[in-house]
Amino acid sequence: MTNNKILQDKLAYDETFSCVQCGYCLPACPTYLAFGKESHSPRGRIQLVKLAAEGKIGFEDLGDSIDCCLGCRACETICPTNVEYGKILDSAIDVLGAFRKSQQSISEKVVRNIVFKKVLPNKKILKIVGTGLRLYQRTKADKVIRKSGVIKQVSPSLATMEQITPRIYKPESRENFQVNSKLKTKTKVAFFTGCIMDTFFARVNDLSMKLLEKAGCEVVLQKEQTCCGALHQHSAEKETAIELAKKNIEVFEQLDCDYIVNAIGGCGAALVEYDHLFEKSDPWFGRAKKFSLKNKDISYILSRMELPITKPLHMRVTYQPSCHLTNVQKIVNEPMELIRKIPGIEFTQMKNQDLCCGSAGIYNIVHHEESMMILDMKMKTVKDVKPHLIITTNPGCHLQMILGVKREGLESTVSVKHLVEVLAEACEVS
Amino acid sequence: MKVTEDILEKLKKTLADPKRFLTSEADLYSFSFDASFGMYKPDVVCQPMSSTEVASIVRIANEYLIPLCPRGRGTSLSGGPLPVHGGIVLDFSLWDTKLVIDEENLIATVSPGVITSHINDAANEFGLMYPPDPSSAHVSTIGGNLAENAGGPRGLKYGVTKNYVLGLEIVTADGKIVRTGGQTIKNVTGYDLTKLIVGSEGTLAIITEATLRLIPKPQASLTAMVLFDDIIDAGSAISKVLVSGIMPSKMEIMDQSSIIAVEEYASLGLPVDVEAILLIELDGHPLAIEDEMQRVKSVCMNVGARSVQVAQDKKEEAELWQARKLVSPAIVKLKPTKISEDATIPRSQIPEMFRRLKLIKEKYNIHLVVFGHAGDGNLHPNIITDQRDKEEMRRVEMAVAEIFKAAIDLGGTLSGEHGIGTMKSAFMEMELGVDGLAMMKSIKEAWDPKNILNPGKIFPVKGQRFELRND
Repeated sequence: MTNNKILQDKLAYDETFSCVQCGYCLPACPTYLAFGKESHSPRGRIQLVKLAAEGKIGFEDLGDSIDCCLGCRACETICPTNVEYGKILDSAIDVLGAFRKSQQSISEKVVRNIVFKKVLPNKKILKIVGTGLRLYQRTKADKVIRKSGVIKQVSPSLATMEQITPRIYKPESRENFQVNSKLKTKTKVAFFTGCIMDTFFARVNDLSMKLLEKAGCEVVLQKEQTCCGALHQHSAEKETAIELAKKNIEVFEQLDCDYIVNAIGGCGAALVEYDHLFEKSDPWFGRAKKFSLKNKDISYILSRMELPITKPLHMRVTYQPSCHLTNVQKIVNEPMELIRKIPGIEFTQMKNQDLCCGSAGIYNIVHHEESMMILDMKMKTVKDVKPHLIITTNPGCHLQMILGVKREGLESTVSVKHLVEVLAEACEVS
Repeated sequence: MKVTEDILEKLKKTLADPKRFLTSEADLYSFSFDASFGMYKPDVVCQPMSSTEVASIVRIANEYLIPLCPRGRGTSLSGGPLPVHGGIVLDFSLWDTKLVIDEENLIATVSPGVITSHINDAANEFGLMYPPDPSSAHVSTIGGNLAENAGGPRGLKYGVTKNYVLGLEIVTADGKIVRTGGQTIKNVTGYDLTKLIVGSEGTLAIITEATLRLIPKPQASLTAMVLFDDIIDAGSAISKVLVSGIMPSKMEIMDQSSIIAVEEYASLGLPVDVEAILLIELDGHPLAIEDEMQRVKSVCMNVGARSVQVAQDKKEEAELWQARKLVSPAIVKLKPTKISEDATIPRSQIPEMFRRLKLIKEKYNIHLVVFGHAGDGNLHPNIITDQRDKEEMRRVEMAVAEIFKAAIDLGGTLSGEHGIGTMKSAFMEMELGVDGLAMMKSIKEAWDPKNILNPGKIFPVKGQRFELRND
């Protein structure tokens, strides 16, 4: 009994009682729609967590169901009784993670340690990765290696992802953003770059800061900022996630800014929920809350400012929102309002626009087959719109949509761009 | 009988894809519940996608006496799909492959796993409509709706599921594929097996296809929000509107507890000092409903309404309905467990039912709110509690029993739209009498002599009493 009590405290057991099992979450859940099983629905997962907390089923019974959740949290948005699914999911990931760590092989421990503790939070290493990738592409080694099929031998999912690695740009010198800009503005914003984003999509970050400035913001970049910790949290590395959060809170506390802005749906979601990482009694809780409230997606800021759009773009466009932007940050209309402001664009929403594309952090690598099932579902609705351009707001979705376009053989007619890239083009910022 | 490895092997072979055969603990527990109470683990879950697959499964169940429980998407509020005696859960949610609209004959032919609202959406494209609209229509399957004879807010004007079924394809308890009814509006050949099967909750046969009647879609709608200082006056307004020759498409009521809960939850600016809000929707020709709305206004004002607000456009209309939509999330803010009843009474007894519900609320000291489809007498008294509070749950059980008794006393019925399932079987004799229930039982015994089709539903076992438990 006492064991159960401890487990119930660790798992969000009380929260499971808010679920009245009405099933209204089913049509919103991409894994339920793709796999067609109740164990892959939010309602099913909540039931399994509850049963695990009561000791009626084992962790091994919980694994598949929890692992396959994308964490898109569309179920939370649609839930008529406001079940805190994110909390329940995170608790299950943590408990499962602890259970598995006790059973992990040494090599698995070493790899996890390197990826989560050494690579992701380390700007220098990421820079080296970025430079390496850039050289890999510039020397055309990528084409040779792709032909040889060597990566496919190691991991078919990595091979697929390697194919869609976007062209890596060298980040611009950002010295000009280190010092306070001379512009006389009302809004002072700090910019959050992210780690993967700043490796694969450094250009989007560069353009974001320029756009913000052009829209009348004073932009400051804090060099000491680090990874947001979202991937850690979703991979049961909560301790590291907390360390990273503390570091970011400290770094941005030093600034007297109105907002902390990012252009990454997924990281933004982690940042606006930093307070969830701490107990209410923890002195860090208040600091985290204050930090969270300042964090905004770039579309939120830009839609509230005068954006000097000068160039019409004549094309048919659709939009794949980032789940974390929609369901966690609750930024729904701003990106579409910005798209509609651009003259010449014919904007069509795809059916079930809000359904996750299946990218979900590293889901498309670790659950490749499942991810592709979800992506195929998404691409059907994309094709209905016959777009020239798919706009995204998150690097994960961005890569996934590139992959989707490739799988459908549409590379010659459909391109994928971040909202910021499109706005920059319309404002003639480069 | 125990489901042995051998039987499992045979069942697995009936399905074209072994992925549709589920036996892991996680899967079995995931199909152990619906939106009502109780948790019963099946031995196996099969996800058939054709009549022949269903027939093969039923033949195995028939041979080895294994219980079979058909299930849609598990939104049932009466326990309809629960595998109370274990056995096989037949999950129809994947079988949504057929949805054909025959616009010339105004009919739709559907496979059992089709989502109910998709039928209406498809009909709308031809200017037609499939009227039954259970609140879960965007989730629930038509197969489940047919089995439970689901209703919805539009029931007042358009009736429930059974009013729109022309024919069925079924699999019988001994595994034969049979068609009932047909495709015509008029059809009086022999016994009406179609109507008998609709609402039989999977106890007589398994529905594998349905032919549904569609109607022309009304051109326009108008909504009014009417405020009442006295809930009894709201009851009178409902009756008076209907006898004045107007048939609204919806008449929904919210009592003061519901209004306060919604207002605390979402601050919509609703008046919290009124005892009831009535939402009235008219549909039909735009000029006709304009005129009818004037009459609705004067009828309501004459029986003592505080005010009548008519929505001027679709946006305002959506805002008025928002209040009703938010009742569910608002009331579970108080406590997590919601027991939603659907006892239904003749419309003229609505004021009396409100009086009795108030007494029951006080007698058992429970949190009871009333909202629902007032126009057809289908109130939804909802009790808000916490299933972990054992002592309160006992009081709730007694209160629910008394609500049913009150409904029957007033000439009403146990269920307007949710079905009987496991939740209300204990009260069946109270409504039907010993002989009435025996008559139904004799039909069950004739159709399913081995009692393999959804056993443990509708009919009470000896000495059964009403319980709300989840373990």
